[in-house]
Amino acid sequence: MTDMLTIYVLIPLLPLVAAVVIGLFGRKLPRAAAHWMTIAGVAVSFLLSCFVLKDVLAGHTFNGAVYTWMTSGGTVFEIGFLIDALSALMMVVVTFVSLMVHIYTIGYMHDDPGYSRFFSYISLFTFSMLMLVMSNNFMQLFFGWEAVGLVSYLLIGFWFKRPTAIYANLKAFLVNRVGDFGFLLGIGMVLYTMGSLDYQAVFSIAPQFADATVELIPGHPWQLMTVICLLLFVGAMGKSAQVPLHVWLPDSMEGPTPISALIHAATMVTAGIFMVARMSPLYELSTTALSVVMVIGAVTALFMGFLGIVQNDIKRVVAYSTLSQLGYMTVALGASAYSVAIFHLMTHAFFKALLFLAAGSVIIGMHHDQDIRNMGELKKYMPVTWITALIGSLALIGTPFLSGFYSKDSIIEAVALSNIPGSGFAHLAVLAGVFVTAFYSFRMYFLVFHGKARWREARHEHGQAAQDAHHHGLGPHDEPHESPWVVTFPLVMLAIPSVVIGYLTIQPMLFGDFFKGAIVVNAEAHPAMHELAHHFHTVFHSPAGMALHAVASLPFWLAACGVGLAWFFYLKRPNIPETLKQRFAVIYAILENKYGFDTFNERFFAAGVRWVGDRLWRHGDVQIIDGTLVNGTARLIGCFAAVIRHLQSGRIYHYAFAMIIGVFVLLTWFMKV
Amino acid sequence: MEYPILSASIWVPIIAGLLVLATGSDRNATLARWLALAGSVAGFLVTLPLWTRFDRTNGGFQFQEGHSWIPAFNIHYHLGVDGIAVPLILLTSFTTLIVVLAGWEVIQKRVAQYMAAFLIMSGLMIGVFSALDGILFYVFWEAMLIPMFLVIGIWGGPNRIYATLKFFLYTLLGSLLMLVAFIYLYHNTNSFEIVDYYALRMPLHVQILIFFAFFMAFAVKIPMWPVHTWLPDAHVEAPTGGSVVLAAIMLKLGAYGFLRFAMPIAPDAARYLADFMITLSLIAIVYIALVALVQKDMKKLIAYSSISHMGFVTLGFFIFNPLGMEGGIVQMISHGFVSGALFLCVGVLYDRLHSRQIADYGGVVNTMPTFTALAVLFAMANAGLPGTSGFVGEFLVILGALQANFWIAFVAATTLIFGAAYTLWMVKRVYFGEVGNRHVAALQDLNGRELLVLGLLAVATLALGVWPQPLTDMTHATVDQLLTHLAQSKLPAGI
Repeated sequence: MTDMLTIYVLIPLLPLVAAVVIGLFGRKLPRAAAHWMTIAGVAVSFLLSCFVLKDVLAGHTFNGAVYTWMTSGGTVFEIGFLIDALSALMMVVVTFVSLMVHIYTIGYMHDDPGYSRFFSYISLFTFSMLMLVMSNNFMQLFFGWEAVGLVSYLLIGFWFKRPTAIYANLKAFLVNRVGDFGFLLGIGMVLYTMGSLDYQAVFSIAPQFADATVELIPGHPWQLMTVICLLLFVGAMGKSAQVPLHVWLPDSMEGPTPISALIHAATMVTAGIFMVARMSPLYELSTTALSVVMVIGAVTALFMGFLGIVQNDIKRVVAYSTLSQLGYMTVALGASAYSVAIFHLMTHAFFKALLFLAAGSVIIGMHHDQDIRNMGELKKYMPVTWITALIGSLALIGTPFLSGFYSKDSIIEAVALSNIPGSGFAHLAVLAGVFVTAFYSFRMYFLVFHGKARWREARHEHGQAAQDAHHHGLGPHDEPHESPWVVTFPLVMLAIPSVVIGYLTIQPMLFGDFFKGAIVVNAEAHPAMHELAHHFHTVFHSPAGMALHAVASLPFWLAACGVGLAWFFYLKRPNIPETLKQRFAVIYAILENKYGFDTFNERFFAAGVRWVGDRLWRHGDVQIIDGTLVNGTARLIGCFAAVIRHLQSGRIYHYAFAMIIGVFVLLTWFMKV
Repeated sequence: MEYPILSASIWVPIIAGLLVLATGSDRNATLARWLALAGSVAGFLVTLPLWTRFDRTNGGFQFQEGHSWIPAFNIHYHLGVDGIAVPLILLTSFTTLIVVLAGWEVIQKRVAQYMAAFLIMSGLMIGVFSALDGILFYVFWEAMLIPMFLVIGIWGGPNRIYATLKFFLYTLLGSLLMLVAFIYLYHNTNSFEIVDYYALRMPLHVQILIFFAFFMAFAVKIPMWPVHTWLPDAHVEAPTGGSVVLAAIMLKLGAYGFLRFAMPIAPDAARYLADFMITLSLIAIVYIALVALVQKDMKKLIAYSSISHMGFVTLGFFIFNPLGMEGGIVQMISHGFVSGALFLCVGVLYDRLHSRQIADYGGVVNTMPTFTALAVLFAMANAGLPGTSGFVGEFLVILGALQANFWIAFVAATTLIFGAAYTLWMVKRVYFGEVGNRHVAALQDLNGRELLVLGLLAVATLALGVWPQPLTDMTHATVDQLLTHLAQSKLPAGI
């Protein structure tokens, strides 16, 4: 067993060591050292993670401490690992995507002056994310939770000269902190009520608290588990960018594309999903919390999808797609289909990382022009990127047999079968979302890879002026070009699982006992997952059967319509979108302004807090405390002294007179006795 | 062999300070610097046995030394430390070393006097932490004001006279009431032994008066809202070293005073007034954080941030549970490292550009990458990021507060948002972005000495964040004993 513990410790430690060495000495080492060292670290981590997954499948789970962080008043805080199917799967996904992104970065960041710093950050991220998923207690979860937030902050602001980047990273950190605020209170409630922060201890004792209530406001008993689960979910809303805490994710696209793939699509943003799945023994005790989770997820899934339609920045389209897909996962959580959520998390990690990296490849090919209106016909110039992006898009919209199909269809089915309040709305939202997803995905796909080569005109416009600034866009004589192999290799490596992983793993993950022990579902109260499995076994029989059945189902046709409409609008009749934009100017304006969240936050919260701070300072501190009380006291003493001073006139007869008066007063006083 | 470790800890730096002073004028500045360094290293080394030899299972006073001092009034030179004082003493001797290094070539006039002031101050502050006799405590307490007064008044900024007067009068006013309390207690026990006061039973209204007398002395020092306005002024005018000692140690003296005097001497009053103290702490945490947000002067911002962070210390103490109290103690030590480091960072910039205004900077990272990396680390520690020391105290206090009342924790936890907001917004404006102006373009990155100073603090910050267990091991027994003592009523029997 101790041998395995060494392996567990090595998995996060290797990327950390690489990150620290490159972080401290990167500038003195050759550039190649930065990528070789970090890639070696994460590659070994990946192999060891695969080994651990295999070991877990053989039935060997682990739950134990590595060291005692501290003890206080009988509470023991430990750093430790819980290795089961859930964490082992996450470890493999994280290290695999991370490895691909490391390799990709060699090409993408080739000319960047911050080359070694970037590698140091992404390795540090890998370490933090691994600590998060491997944790066996709430405190370490919070550690990893905030640590990935830190690295996200550093990476969004990686190009620290850009005002937009350093605005975006501050915003991301603060919005995440709002989530963490709730998360920390949730953790505090867990410790307070159940007396431990250890997962195993909490999960085993939690059912006893199923009917417990807590009166946060006297006279209003609330179900304890609902309070805890909702507080924890606030954290998930921040990290996994659920409405209304989603506002940071689109702006996070200011960071370099490789981290958009790794952090803001495949791994970090799914931490909230992972967390709720990990806490399934708690969430199962509160239908109210699940209902909230489902509705928030449904709103995110549908309404963020709409925003993807009006974006023109290639990365932002993918970002809104990510938001929408995170909403799908959250909906699955709400339906108690935790394993489906994790399943979609996994397939999404592959195809969304693929789409982001493909977008990055397009950006390189276009010389850092990110506007899809300036692209077109790139399939001729970038064949590998084209094919892999097509695969990613097909997987995303849920084409039968591809990975996204299995996970997304299962979510839709699970919601349909769910009986908790809000599931009707959620079902409609995820169905409509299928159409929207197909539409915006193929709008982007057609605009980028097909149609007219609009960059031929565009490159003349921003030829000179933009070229020397950030060399944005193609020069007058440039043509798009395929990216080097370090960029295309990860695309291919991610395209493979995007195609096959769903087909291969759906049976054991959703309907087998892969997650047995890691995920708890109360089949009586929340039967959706149970019925889903029943349906699969009796109707579909196999993954192939599921795909064949799908051709006659609504989601498939919704997706087909979406693709068809995108084709019609953007290839066949490109003037239609422009006409619609003018016809429905109000709706367009709402979408363009992202429903006004940013404006509201900026005007109400940011400006409001500054206003209050300013008032407190000027009136509270400067005027009242300092002005009136402190200096006022000084002035009062000054005035008093000015009066008293006249007594010391220096004239003998004044003093003599005072003495005589004093003697008389004293004598009178004493004679009285 | 047993030698008086505590006396050595107090007098080695003071004697070293006097020796440095003896080097006289600035012609011997180099000698003064090296002597001061030697003195501060020696001062640090003599405190180390306190850490290694401390019996962690014993919550009482250890390393005690006692001699009669003024027999007529039963005043003793009585020293001793418990698990709360030892970490603070080590923090003091460590910080003195940092300050001597930080002032190395920055201070060019009256070098000997500057270095001597800090060494002497170090000894006096250690005296405060180890005195077990009321009058001895009072003497150290007042004496340490003098070097700080001089440091701000001589090496300070343009408005230093106002700042020193404010600082001195504020604190003096507070301590006079403490003296009255000591005299009252002497009348009732015929002793100045603190331990005797612990056993003295008093009715509630007397306890409340005693508590308030101590409160005035300590609340000003911490400082708690609303007696905090001297701190931003003092910090702004103080030289870097003065700010570091002020933030890292002097503020802790007030918090220490609550644990050593106000709470155990008047435990019933402390419990009775807990809501009041918690309210003041929460105001400090939220109100001051918002005030910090709008500051335009970096030092003022960090000063306000200090007040807000000290709010966690007092909050932790007055929720009367182990999580809160240990959280408060860890927060004191952590804040010593982090705020000291933040002031040093401002000092590094001030030495180069002679401005503390945020608006005068921008894009410092372009010219000072190493420095920026460290500054961001300390900023993150200030924002309470896990893995740094800043997280530990806040985390424990919030967990502890939640056991007392959910809404206390709720208000306190807003620091997660506001603390990050004011710290990182400053970081954004000072360090990130395009090079702000030609002065920033000409900046030189850290030299070896600065790197050493900030590096030491960075290691301390991270070590305490990754593994706080050694520190809490130290404080466990004492905190348990203190909490037991506080839980018992000291009202006169039969009432």
